Amino acid sequence: MPKTEGKLLNKDGVRIDGRKPTELRPTRIEVGVLSNADGSAYIEQGKNKILAAVYGPHEAHPKHLALPDRSLLRCRYHMAPFSVDERKSPAPSRRDIELSKVIREALEPSIFLEYYPRTSIDLFIEVLQAHGGTRCAGVTVASLALADGGIPLRDLTVACAAGKVEGQLVLDLNDDEDKMGEADVPLAYMPNLDAVTLLQMDGQLTIEEFEKAINLALEGCKQLYQLQKEALRTKYVTVKEEEVEEE
Amino acid sequence: MPTFYEKRQVVTPGDMLAEGDYVPGENTFRENGKLYATRVGLVEYEERKVSVVALKAFYVPKVGDTVIGKITDITLGGWIIDVNAPYAGLLRASDVIERSYRPQKDDLSSIFDVGDLVIAKIIAYDRTRDPLLTVREPGLGKITRGQIIKITPTKIPRIIGRKGSMISIIKRETGCHILLGQNGLVMISGKNAKDTQLAVMAIRKIESESHTSGLTDRVTEMLKKMKEKEGEIKNAQD
Repeated sequence: MPKTEGKLLNKDGVRIDGRKPTELRPTRIEVGVLSNADGSAYIEQGKNKILAAVYGPHEAHPKHLALPDRSLLRCRYHMAPFSVDERKSPAPSRRDIELSKVIREALEPSIFLEYYPRTSIDLFIEVLQAHGGTRCAGVTVASLALADGGIPLRDLTVACAAGKVEGQLVLDLNDDEDKMGEADVPLAYMPNLDAVTLLQMDGQLTIEEFEKAINLALEGCKQLYQLQKEALRTKYVTVKEEEVEEE
Repeated sequence: MPTFYEKRQVVTPGDMLAEGDYVPGENTFRENGKLYATRVGLVEYEERKVSVVALKAFYVPKVGDTVIGKITDITLGGWIIDVNAPYAGLLRASDVIERSYRPQKDDLSSIFDVGDLVIAKIIAYDRTRDPLLTVREPGLGKITRGQIIKITPTKIPRIIGRKGSMISIIKRETGCHILLGQNGLVMISGKNAKDTQLAVMAIRKIESESHTSGLTDRVTEMLKKMKEKEGEIKNAQD
């Protein structure tokens, strides 16, 4: 048993932040928050606060990067210097670059890139406050920014992690559970098409535990998907309601 | 062969719209015999055709469209024009100059300079080549006066209205000259700033409430009210 015994999970099975093992963090999503971006979205998932902006499709600059048969998706995941306890250098770290790639590859299958050859779509994910699971929240919010920008999508992409702390499988790990727990499995998913676009694992799980963790993460994704759809609809439904009051 | 939404209901990307023998229309795609939405919008079922009227989209060039653009660069053989689309528009010098074009002698910037606004028509476009424009038709050419506003291109048909009903009301009530670019740019020029402002307000109202019904009547009402108010202020001043 790990040294953290009883710290991450109390004897009633309640987690460090008061959640049940299969409970998501409280999540709030807003769409269309930036007026100068073509599409934007903002998510608060527990203590995570992430902003995403999309520009394009527009002509690719520099031009030699443009692809003849499809649009080029460029993605920048960046953590603000004040997003973590110890000040982070604003220069893209090795981790930032890796997450940019991972998020880009998680979103690419959902976009009809072949509709707009020779162009680029630029995606910016800015982590304002980080508390574990930012790559998943980043995928979730970036997909909404794409939809808000009017970019045709096969489906919304949603991501969520599952893992193991003190021998118990849990959903949507926070920073403490991620660092002190035994395993973390982030997963991105397109619910309507039933396709997984990102799957990683950090730590150790048995094969049975791994399968259970995936199913748990998928359940989490489906819950988040409903929140995503609601956030997109809200932006337009509010206009309707204002009018009813008028009449 | 069921459909899963009511007509004019808001759908999001990935929502399954119909299953079976349906034809995918705008902003939809088919996979394994099922039709899904690709954009946020209002779903429309017509006969066997399923389509989504997007609430937000960007302009994609189409041959025959009249667009408003801004000159961004001058090259040896013509101009490059930003038409608010993923691709830049090209306007050839030979299209504007009547006699044969001589690159050494003719000064293109004296015809259209960088920053000038033009109204042009798309004469050729496919995904492998940038849209080619022309200004050689009556009503096309440089825009010398007025105000430009940008709206979502999918809402241009709503501003025109059924058989031009909406646009003719705005024109009549405000006395403004209005040019609609299919690319979402609108030029408004009125006799005075107040008229122009009124027309801008009407168009903004249509843009934000485009997915609701009875809009033509509400816009007419708003314009009339605003004009009355202005008249009252004027009378009080006199």
